[in-house]
Amino acid sequence: MRRDIFQAIADPTRRAILSLIALQAMTPNAIAEQFPSSRQAISKHIKILAECQLLEQQQHGREIYYQFNPTKMKEIDKWLEQFRNMWESRYNNLDNVLNQIKSKTK
Amino acid sequence: MTTTPQIQITKDLSAKKITVTRDFNATPEQTWSAWTESELLDLWWAPKPWKAETKSMEFRVGGYWLYAMVGPDNTRHWARVDFTKIEKHKRMETRDAFCDDLGNINREMPVMTWKIDFEPIETGSQVIVEISFTNESDLEKIVEMGFETGFASALTNLDEYFENQS
Repeated sequence: MRRDIFQAIADPTRRAILSLIALQAMTPNAIAEQFPSSRQAISKHIKILAECQLLEQQQHGREIYYQFNPTKMKEIDKWLEQFRNMWESRYNNLDNVLNQIKSKTK
Repeated sequence: MTTTPQIQITKDLSAKKITVTRDFNATPEQTWSAWTESELLDLWWAPKPWKAETKSMEFRVGGYWLYAMVGPDNTRHWARVDFTKIEKHKRMETRDAFCDDLGNINREMPVMTWKIDFEPIETGSQVIVEISFTNESDLEKIVEMGFETGFASALTNLDEYFENQS
């Protein structure tokens, strides 16, 4: 089953991880050092983010680096654009209805 | 005035909330009528090319509006809006769910809580719609469905839509 991207970004620690690695690719150790939580807790967060494809792995020699993958976030933007189109169409209809109401009450 | 007022959309995904704000050149009483009388709702609720068709409407706390979104190919998506709070000409709160033609709620689908405020402003009224989801997976589901069972996608170029899906 696909991981829930909204659940992923709703968590404050995971959002903090994303903002960290958005600036530069980081190793799991370097990420964990930034948080008071245990290493295990942080690697669990990283696992969830990776499953949502919000971050990507890069192998540099023996080290694994994580970096932010913005394409997933674009999925949400795309939906929001559709959401906006829907409301624009709906509210343009409403403008017409309100004009009718106003001309009747005049 | 000839310009169409801009819609403002703010998302607060961590709070599982989306807000849609728009001004109208009509009084709060007039916009309220359009939002609460089913004959009027049928005229505007569905984005083009869909049509809204009311089956029943009981506008009181505890009552509900049962309607279908009818597609250009006559597909029907039923939805039900339960009124949980009504302050005439000012505010109402509803629970929006997907259902069948008899109004039996589909529990597999997300239920949303709506708060709709009608504010008087100089040029008429401002309507603020705040849509909240119970949990994040509901919001995810809604995104996957293209909001109301995919009809929002009918507004965009279908080919482009399917291209991006694959």
